[in-house]
Amino acid sequence: MQLSREDLLEAYRAMKTMREFDERLHIEFATGEIPGFVHLYCGEEASGAGICAHLGDRDHIASNHRGHGHCIAKGCDVPGMMAEIYGKETGLCGGKGGSMHIADLEKGMMGANGIVGAGTPLVCGAALSAKTLGTGGVAVAFTGDGGSNQGAVYESMNLAAVWNLPAIFVFENNGYGEASASSWATAGGSIAKRADGFGIPQVTVDGADYFAVREAAGEAVARARAGEGPSVIECEMRRFHGHFEGDPQTYRTEEELAEVRATRDPITRFVARVREAGLLEEADFAAVDEEVGALIERAVTEAKAAKVPAVETLADHVYSSY
Amino acid sequence: MARKLSMRQAINEAMHQEMERDESVIVMGEDIMGGLGVDWLEGDAWGGTQGTTKGLGPRFGRDRVIDTPISESAFIGAAIGASTTGMRAIVELMYVDFLGVCFDQIFNQAAKFRYMFGGKAECPVVVRTQIGGGFSAAAQHSQCLYPIFTHIPGLKCVIPSNAYDAKGLLIEAIRDNSPVIFFEHKKLYDAETEVPEESYTLPFGEAGILREGGDVTIVALARMAHMAMEAAETLAAEGIECEVIDPRTTSPMDEDTILESVENTGRLVVVDESYPRCSMGADISSMVAEKAFDSLKAPIRKVAPPHTPVPFSPPLEAAYLPDAARIADAVRAVARHGS
Repeated sequence: MQLSREDLLEAYRAMKTMREFDERLHIEFATGEIPGFVHLYCGEEASGAGICAHLGDRDHIASNHRGHGHCIAKGCDVPGMMAEIYGKETGLCGGKGGSMHIADLEKGMMGANGIVGAGTPLVCGAALSAKTLGTGGVAVAFTGDGGSNQGAVYESMNLAAVWNLPAIFVFENNGYGEASASSWATAGGSIAKRADGFGIPQVTVDGADYFAVREAAGEAVARARAGEGPSVIECEMRRFHGHFEGDPQTYRTEEELAEVRATRDPITRFVARVREAGLLEEADFAAVDEEVGALIERAVTEAKAAKVPAVETLADHVYSSY
Repeated sequence: MARKLSMRQAINEAMHQEMERDESVIVMGEDIMGGLGVDWLEGDAWGGTQGTTKGLGPRFGRDRVIDTPISESAFIGAAIGASTTGMRAIVELMYVDFLGVCFDQIFNQAAKFRYMFGGKAECPVVVRTQIGGGFSAAAQHSQCLYPIFTHIPGLKCVIPSNAYDAKGLLIEAIRDNSPVIFFEHKKLYDAETEVPEESYTLPFGEAGILREGGDVTIVALARMAHMAMEAAETLAAEGIECEVIDPRTTSPMDEDTILESVENTGRLVVVDESYPRCSMGADISSMVAEKAFDSLKAPIRKVAPPHTPVPFSPPLEAAYLPDAARIADAVRAVARHGS
């Protein structure tokens, strides 16, 4: 797979934005200024970036509780996301949703989701719309290894196969569902191979390898756009942080965490490979770093300064009319 | 003579007319055509378990009339996902009792999108579902359960008691941009009323006054509205005039019509086929106690089944369901009180 300079820069920009966004949240959350809870995507960036690289506004994704990276990959406004996480009126959802419910339908982002596995039926619907309206769009559900054990996920895979939908089911297997190892919770040893039972093409890729994810996603998206039905992609990866911010991670050793950061960081691996191939130079990365750093700084500054929602908006938006 | 239709035919006609009018309307559900995978069959095998979707498939094609596997969580979720991305899906939850296998998609997804996303999402989905006892269908095919949906902000709940209302309310539901749950009582599918051929809508949140009377107000939904009317006829012969109100929608609820009636009669009986705890009966009673306390001349009476699952055996089910005699007894009791 040969990517253009622009593709490479865009891939790096997307992953770097996700990383800086969530690493900054890690710091800011510890100050107590952010309400509720947040789940960080650090270490998983190659999946969101590699898959969404093939998608445009006509395509839809449904995300999960660990959704910041997916939102960024699908083009959600970064300061708007940050303000939402701070619960401010300038947030993408006006402060009504928070970290677990960031959405932007205009960008084809159907929402992060607080219910594990719940995005998969919704994606069947978006894929049905695309098929019925003839938009050529595809719909992608991002589910974790934990979500892979929800019944709704398998109902959705069956439905997508029966209806021959342009749907893609991505399983981001980060090694742990909350505080339990996915190797314990997942019978049969492979999430992706469960797709065989539905006759759905499946592949397992190194989820820390941007190029592997992008290539697998390219094949799945091409199949979907050609009317050849759904696909399953399992991305094997490790999260850098706990299940949620504040998770003491008593189920992981310091050695494991250090090894994960040293060997399974999708961004350092991307940079090493691209520099080795002589496709981008130090100055290219530095320019993106500066741009991303400024964006995140602005997002946090604006979010902190923004007004909280007026109490008068409490009952807005329950119904279109009532 | 004006044309009469059964509620089954009225519902079918409403869907035909809306699918004709708006290409984005699709219908989904189990065996809404039926016979998929049977190569020699043409047209409907069933047209839905109650025949409410008969003719839609042959008329509008399989791209818009979409049979599903028995997989409620997936296909109701898909109807919701499709309705947030450009379609207006009418989806059948065959029996409301099957709520247990798909409720997340209805109450955590569809009901909350608009609010959680700051008003930036619409979900114009209609979930049509059967309610009610009277067929010895036992504990898992006879419940009403509409209080559970009424409890959820973001859902609208429609419970027609007759064919005329069913057509106008279903067309209104399909055009509404919020998720609507449309409850159809199994015992009312064959009940006929005059139904205009042309398309029309009835607004949500406007109760129907089925009978005027100055002595006791009876509020009753769906099949219970018919039971209340039967009781009212009996009571009229005894000199007790009942006002019978059918709320028609429980979310939004027409509080004003009920309150105005109670302010006039001073006496209220609420009839509800759902379980007695946290029910529409309890909800309406508390609303009246809070907002019309000074008008009340007697304690509010609720007529409801006992707090048990719906039994199977016919004599047990007959003892379980409210009927005209029990309603009349409750009305007599409140009419006597303080007079």
